Amino acid sequence: MAIKEIERKPLSLAEKTYLPQIVSGLKITLKNIFRPTITLQYPEERPEIPENYRGVPTLVKDPNGREKCVSCQLCEFVCPPKAIRITPGELDGEGENAHVEKGPQEFEVNMLRCIYCGYCQEVCPEEAIWLQDVFSASGYTREELVYKKDKLYELGGTLPDNHYKWDKKKSAEEAGNAH
Amino acid sequence: MNRQPKQWRPKPNRMELPTFVWVIIKAAVLAGVLLSISNLAVLGERKVSSWIQGRVGPNRTSVPIIGSIPVIGPMLTRLGLFQPVADGLKLLLKEDPVPDHVNKLYFFLAPVAAMIPATTTVAVLPFGQIITDGVSVPLVLADLDIGILFIFAVSSLGVYGMILAGWASNSKYPFIGGIRSSAQMISYELSMGLSILPVFMWANAPGVDSGLNLFSVVQTQQGAWGVMFMPVAALLFLVSIFAETNRLPFDMPESESELVAGFSTEYGSFKFGLFFAAEYAHIIVGSGVFVVLFLGGWHWLPWVPMHVEGLLGAALSIGVFLGKTTFIVFFFMWIRWTLPRFRYDQIMKLGWTMMLPLAVVNLIVYALIFALLDS
Amino acid sequence: MSEDQKDDGLISVFVDDKEVRCKPGTNLVDLVASVGEEIPHYCYHPKLSVSGNCRMCLIELGMPGRDRNTGEPMLNEDGTPKIMFFPNPAIACGTKAGPGMHIRTKSEMVKRCREGVMEFLLINHPLDCPICDQAGECKLQEFSTDYGKGYSRFVEQKVVKPKRTVLGPRVMLDDERCVLCSRCIRFSKEVANDDVLGFVDRGSYSTLTCYPGKQLENNYSLNTVDICPVGALTSRDFRFKMRVWFLKETPSICTESSVGVNTLVSSREGKIYRITPRRNDEVNDTWMSDSGRVIYKEVEDENRLSSDSSSGDLAQIHKYLESEKIAYVGSGSSSVEELYLYNRLSRTTRSVANYLVAHTQEGDELLISNDANPNTRGALSVGLIESLPEDQLSDLGSKIDAGDVDTLVAYNEDLTAAGITAEQLAKVDVIYFGTNSNATSEAAAVVIPTLTVFEKDGTFINQQFRLQKFLQAIPGLSGVADDLETFSQLLNHVEPDTGDLSSVQAVWAELSSEISLFEGQSFAALSPEGVALDGSTFKHLPFCEGKTLHYEPAAETVEAEA
Repeated sequence: MAIKEIERKPLSLAEKTYLPQIVSGLKITLKNIFRPTITLQYPEERPEIPENYRGVPTLVKDPNGREKCVSCQLCEFVCPPKAIRITPGELDGEGENAHVEKGPQEFEVNMLRCIYCGYCQEVCPEEAIWLQDVFSASGYTREELVYKKDKLYELGGTLPDNHYKWDKKKSAEEAGNAH
Repeated sequence: MNRQPKQWRPKPNRMELPTFVWVIIKAAVLAGVLLSISNLAVLGERKVSSWIQGRVGPNRTSVPIIGSIPVIGPMLTRLGLFQPVADGLKLLLKEDPVPDHVNKLYFFLAPVAAMIPATTTVAVLPFGQIITDGVSVPLVLADLDIGILFIFAVSSLGVYGMILAGWASNSKYPFIGGIRSSAQMISYELSMGLSILPVFMWANAPGVDSGLNLFSVVQTQQGAWGVMFMPVAALLFLVSIFAETNRLPFDMPESESELVAGFSTEYGSFKFGLFFAAEYAHIIVGSGVFVVLFLGGWHWLPWVPMHVEGLLGAALSIGVFLGKTTFIVFFFMWIRWTLPRFRYDQIMKLGWTMMLPLAVVNLIVYALIFALLDS
Repeated sequence: MSEDQKDDGLISVFVDDKEVRCKPGTNLVDLVASVGEEIPHYCYHPKLSVSGNCRMCLIELGMPGRDRNTGEPMLNEDGTPKIMFFPNPAIACGTKAGPGMHIRTKSEMVKRCREGVMEFLLINHPLDCPICDQAGECKLQEFSTDYGKGYSRFVEQKVVKPKRTVLGPRVMLDDERCVLCSRCIRFSKEVANDDVLGFVDRGSYSTLTCYPGKQLENNYSLNTVDICPVGALTSRDFRFKMRVWFLKETPSICTESSVGVNTLVSSREGKIYRITPRRNDEVNDTWMSDSGRVIYKEVEDENRLSSDSSSGDLAQIHKYLESEKIAYVGSGSSSVEELYLYNRLSRTTRSVANYLVAHTQEGDELLISNDANPNTRGALSVGLIESLPEDQLSDLGSKIDAGDVDTLVAYNEDLTAAGITAEQLAKVDVIYFGTNSNATSEAAAVVIPTLTVFEKDGTFINQQFRLQKFLQAIPGLSGVADDLETFSQLLNHVEPDTGDLSSVQAVWAELSSEISLFEGQSFAALSPEGVALDGSTFKHLPFCEGKTLHYEPAAETVEAEA
C-alpha cells in the first residue's frame, strides 16, 4: 500500500486556544439535556419483542394438549454448551398418547449453561422446542435455574400446529388399510 | 481590621450562649450544609450526566414514609432525591477492606487529610450579607482580612490527602496518581494566584485598604462584575480551579482509564466516601470563590442594587449567592460530560507554557491600566 | 495376471476395473467389502444363508466375451479382452466370484437401481426416526443418505401395520418399520435353531410375526435385534433408554463362560446402557447370548462393595500377611494380570495352598460353555493352580480344621458357597477382595472392594487358549482402587523392590519374560481379535467344556468322558 502524506492544516489562533471547540461541544451537550431520554424503564416498560426473537428455550404442546417432544435427544446432542439433559421414557400408550410411544420423562435445560443459540429449535424434528419471547431467566439458586419439564411447558404454552402428526396416525389406523 | 464591628452577631439578650459555643454551632451548621450540598452535588452529577447522555439517572430509590406520600413521594423518587441517602448509607455500611500491604497510619490519615481542608475553607467564604441600619455585614464564619490567602493556603493542603493516599497505598497506580496530583497542584497554583491579583488591585483602590478580604471584593462588584472587565483573569481562574479540584478534563490523579482509580484505588467504603465528599466540597467552595471574585457574589444583577434590610435581605442574598454557585457547579459537570481528559503532558504544557505566561501578562496589563486610571 | 500366479488357488475378479485376487466362490458383497468398498445391502448377512430379497445389492455383472462360432476370446481394438456385461443387473449377495468376472458397483445403472429400491423401501416406512431406537445405526437411514433419491414421489397413504408387538420377553417388533429382509427369520432357523418367526400375508401387507402360540424367547433372541438393519426389532431392555449416538463403544469380553464372547460395551458418562456382540470369526461370529448382555447390571448391583463398605486398609493386611499359615483362594473371573499378581503375592508370603473355585454350568453348545469361569486357563497359565479347580474346597476345609491354615485370602469368591462352613471361616482371619458383599465378606477381618470387568483393563484366556483383551469402559467406582493397584501395593510391602506393577502394561512386561506361554506378547500389541496361545502344556487336563460354536473338546477329554 502506498503511503500518502497529508499536510496537516495549521491551526488558526482561535483553534489554538481550544476555546471555540469547547464552546461548540458545550452547545451539543446542552442540546442533549433537553432531548427526550431513550432509556426504557424496564420492569414497568417492556421492550417490544421482535418476531423470531431467541429467548429462553421452551417446550410447547400441540393444540390437543399433547406434549410434542418425543425425547429424540437431538437437541441434547446438538446443544453446544451441553445445557439440555433428557431422560427418555416410554409412554403408557393410553388415550391421547396412543400413537406417540415415547416422551420425555425428565427434560432439563440448564439456563446457567444455555447460550440461546437456537440450535435445539432448529434441530427439533417435532417442532417441540422453541426459543420464544421469554428473555429474563433469573433465580436465587443454581437449582432454580435448571428448568425442569413443567417449567418449560409452562413457559412454552401451546403453539399452533400445521401437522397434527398423531391425529393423522390415529385416523390412518382407524381407516385401517391393513386388513 | 479597620472595618470592625462588621460581624453579624446575635444580640446577647436573645441567646445566652458563650461566644465559642455559638461559633462551634455555626461552624457545625456550615459544615453540615456544605456536606449536604456536596451530597446533593453527587446526585446532580449523576442526573446531569444522564440527561446529557439521554438517560434518566437515579429515579428508583425511595424512603418508607416520605416516599409513600401521594404525588410528592413519587415525584421526589423520580428526581432521585433519596439517592444520596442510599449512596451515603452504602458507603457507610459496606465492608471496609484494608489491604495488607498498606502503611496503616497514613492510609487511615489520608481521607481525613483530604476532608479537613475542603470543609475548612468554607469558613472564610462570605455567602451573603445582612443589612442592618444601612450597614452591610457579611454572613461569614470568619471574616478574615487575608481571606483569599487563607483559602489558597488551606485548599492546597487538600493535595496532601491524595499524596498520602497514593504513598500509603503502597501500590503502583495510587502512587502515580499521588505524584500526578502534586505536580498538577504546583503547576496550576501559580497561575491561579497570579490570575486573581488584578481583582484585589481593583478592590484596593486608592483610599481603600481592604487587604485580601473577600467581602470587600464582593462589595466592589455592585456595578460591573469582575468577569466583565477581567475576562481573561476569570477564565484563567476558572481553568485553575478545574485543575485544583481534579475535575475532568484535569482529573489526572484519578484518570480511571489509565490508573484504575488513581490515588483511591485501594480505598473502599467510608474512606473512599470521604475522598468523594471532599472532591465535591472542593468544587462547591471553588465555585463559591469564583462567584465571590468574578460573578458579583450575592448581587443579583450588575448595576442594579438590591437593598433589602434585615433577615429577608439576608435570605435573598444567600439565595442569589447559592444560585450563582449552583450554576458554576453545574458548569463543572457540564464540562465534565463534554470534554475528554487531557493527556498528562498536555496538562503540564498548558499549565507552564500558556496559563502562567498569560497570567503574568494579564497581571502586568491590569497593573498598568489601574495605574493609569488612578493617576 | 500370469499363469504361475494362478497356482495359489486364487482367482482374479475385476471390481470397477480394479483387479482383486480372491478364493473362487467368494460372495461378491464380502469381496467388495474386503477392498474397502461397499455394496449396500439389507438382507445379506455374512453368517447367514443368502436369501436375496432386498434387491439393494444390485450390481452390473460381466464376463470376457467369447466368439460363439470359434470359441476365441473377443478382443477390443487395443487387444484387451472385450467384456460382455449382462443387460440387467444382478444381486451381488447371490453371486459368487468366478475367474475373470467383472463387476460394476458405481455405474449409472447401479445408481438408478439403488435409488429405485430405496424409494420402494421408504414408501411404507414410517417417519419414526425421532422415536426409533435404531436411529443412528440404521441402514435405512445410512443408505437413503448415501444412495437414495433424497425425495419421495409417494403421496398415497402408507400401509398401517401392527406396532409395538411383543415378540418375546426381550424383543419388541414394529412391523411398519420392517423392510422384510428376513434376517431374523434365518437367524432363528439357522443359528438359534428355534424356528419361530415368519412372514404372513402378501404384497404390501407382508408382516413379520411369531408362529401362533410361540414366542421369540430363546437365549439368542436379542441377536435378531442386532442384525435387524432397521428399527423393526428392538431390545426391550434398551428400548428408549438412550440414543446410540451418545454411546461410547468399548471392546470387551463377556464373562459369562469360558467361550470368551467378544463384546462391545456401550456407555455414556460412566453408565453402561447395553452390550452387543463384536465380530470374531474364531470365537463367536457375530452373536452373543441374551444372558451375557445383562451382565453390565452388576456394576450397579445393590450388593456392590463401595469404598464406604470397605473395612480395614492395606496396612492391616500387611499384619495378617505375616502369618506362616496362609492360604489363597483365587477366582476364575479375574484377569490374567490380576491372577499373576495374586499368585506372586501368595508365593512371596509362602502360601500353604492356593485354590480356585470351579463354577460349572450346562452349556448350550453354542456360545455358553460348561465352565462359567471365563479365565480358568488364565489361572493355570500364571501358575496359581496346577490342576483343574473343584467347586468344593474340601481340602481347604480340612486344612482349616486341622489348624494348618489360620489366615485365608479370598478374591472375589464366596467361600461359603464353595463348601467352607461359617464355623471354619470363624476359625481363620479372612481377608476379602471382591466386588460384591456376601457371607465371606461379612466374616472377613479386612474387606477391600475391587472393580468389575467393565471398570478395568485386562485379558482373559478362553477355552481355545485364545488370549483376548478387554478395555475399561467406564470409570471405576469412586474411591475403589484398581485390583492391580491394590496387589501391587501389597507386593511392594512384602517385597520392597518389586517395582510398580499397578498397570496392565507393567504386568505384561513381566508376564512376557517370566512365563514362556506369554513370550512375545504384550497388552498394547494384542489385537482386538486376540491371539491363540499354545496350550499344549495343559493338554492332559480334563477340561469340562463340551462342544460350542468354534470349539471342539480335545479327543482325549471326549474319550475320558465317554
